[in-house]
Amino acid sequence: MSVSTAPPSEQRAPAAPEVSRRREANRGRAIAQIAAPVVVFLLVLLVWLFISYVLLEPRRRFLMPPPQDVVVVGLLNPANSSEILAALWSTTQVAIVGLAVAIVIGTIIPILMIQAQWIEWSIYPWAVVLQTIPILAIVPLIGFWFQFGFSSRVLVCVLISLFPIITNTLFGLKSSDQSHHDLFTLQRATRLQRLLKLQLPGALPAIVSGWRIAAGLSVVGAIVGDFFFRQGDPGIGRLIDDYRARLQAEQLFAAVALSSILGLLVFWGFGFLGHVLVGSWHESQRPSE
Amino acid sequence: MPESVTSCKACTWALRTKRPPRPDLYPVGVLERPAVQTTSVDHYGLLAPRADVALAFEHVSKTFPDGTQALDDVSLDVAAGEMVAIVGPSGCGKSTLLRLASRLSSPSAGEIRVAQGNLGYVFQDPTLLPWRTVQSNVELLAELAGVPKAERARLAADAIALTGLVGFENHRPRALSGGMRMRVSLARSLTMRPRIFLFDEPFGALDEITRERLNGELLGLFEREQFAGLFVTHSVSEAAFLASRVVVMSPRPGSIVAEVAIPFAYPRSPELRFDPDFAATAGQISARLRANLT
Repeated sequence: MSVSTAPPSEQRAPAAPEVSRRREANRGRAIAQIAAPVVVFLLVLLVWLFISYVLLEPRRRFLMPPPQDVVVVGLLNPANSSEILAALWSTTQVAIVGLAVAIVIGTIIPILMIQAQWIEWSIYPWAVVLQTIPILAIVPLIGFWFQFGFSSRVLVCVLISLFPIITNTLFGLKSSDQSHHDLFTLQRATRLQRLLKLQLPGALPAIVSGWRIAAGLSVVGAIVGDFFFRQGDPGIGRLIDDYRARLQAEQLFAAVALSSILGLLVFWGFGFLGHVLVGSWHESQRPSE
Repeated sequence: MPESVTSCKACTWALRTKRPPRPDLYPVGVLERPAVQTTSVDHYGLLAPRADVALAFEHVSKTFPDGTQALDDVSLDVAAGEMVAIVGPSGCGKSTLLRLASRLSSPSAGEIRVAQGNLGYVFQDPTLLPWRTVQSNVELLAELAGVPKAERARLAADAIALTGLVGFENHRPRALSGGMRMRVSLARSLTMRPRIFLFDEPFGALDEITRERLNGELLGLFEREQFAGLFVTHSVSEAAFLASRVVVMSPRPGSIVAEVAIPFAYPRSPELRFDPDFAATAGQISARLRANLT
């Protein structure tokens, strides 16, 4: 027959000069991608300095202490920085445990939902309700039931971060192609084979993006928990509230900045995790052209 | 597929059928596929061991739940080792015929009988799993059937060699052209050594040159593997080039309006397309097709 073993010419192999040109263009884009937000940051610093020194008279300067004071007092002073970091660590633990629990529950529930339409119909409205309850309104109730310690803070975290995991995972699991399903049906695949070899791997990009949203929310949930539940190690939320009460503006700003960095790290961490898990096959992981 | 797996699954199937298997006429363990959906009437029969028929439609009609009648009283036999092409206008139920044969869907009336052996199905799209490499895409069906790792790697290597994919084993589908993806899809079906191959316009989305090349390669596979084939296409010249018999269908509800025998012996060379007799045969099919469009 006419099938040849030599690689047919239909393959797409970009020529070498094209590759190096593209690499150069990519490097230029990477530099611009870093430079642009840095410029914005410098602009923000300028506005900040302007507010601190020009708009505010010295006795009201505590409302917006200049950035260098925040760095010197809040971050470089070992007593203050160790207090902030300890609180941040306590909050991080709550966020991590809460997120882990949310991921486990938020993956199991959609897997159950796709097994039968009636399961989806019975559970999904309650997942929506979970999302629409004002969490702040039931936080006191949670404390009332589960005390005001670690487990209640974790529970708040789970409640806040569960919904995006459920919806993204469900969407991902349900978006497998019909033709792929036909293929599996033809080969008489079991439900488990279908789940493990078609639905879950296909859903992975959506699942990971759900985790990413949830990761940010879990940090928010942990800080909200801190405000309400004041037992156990103080979290960053409680510390921020204390600094506010004591008018320690430099420490307050440092604590807020560090908790933002925590959120950022979690977001990046999950972005990286997504890249590792999804690898290079999915469109969303492709460098834009 | 290992023999034990085949016979075991076939036993389950035999137990499920309403009609008791009669060993004299219907050998137990010959039918590969259990019903995908249970219907009140069983439209599927086992083909009596007549060596010459691989697939038989008998007075098959199909009406969808929304009331659309897709097929009306279609009867068609495909002999073992025969390639039959079906041409017809869009929406005439050509693809439905393949879905019925593979039990992805069941007929509203009539009976479909399928001979023993595996059934291969090549879809319109390559339907590759984008997260799998070429190698593991080709292994998929054997993997689902529970074939041990070493054995399915061997099956895949054979199929990859047959379809000219050597050197591309570790590529992901995204890195391949449309023609190469279709080759992977073919290779995946080939691993199961099907005795009956259903093709649902597999090359419809490809450019002319790639399409003709893959036609040639498919003929090569057909001549070598001797499977029975049912090839659905829009292209009259593709149908005439591949098949020994071309069935012309009418617009919806689809029924068979003509059968044209293609009088050229296999193996066929690509030059056949430029043969005046070939053009005359293709013209004859086109005429039948047009006659039923008005």
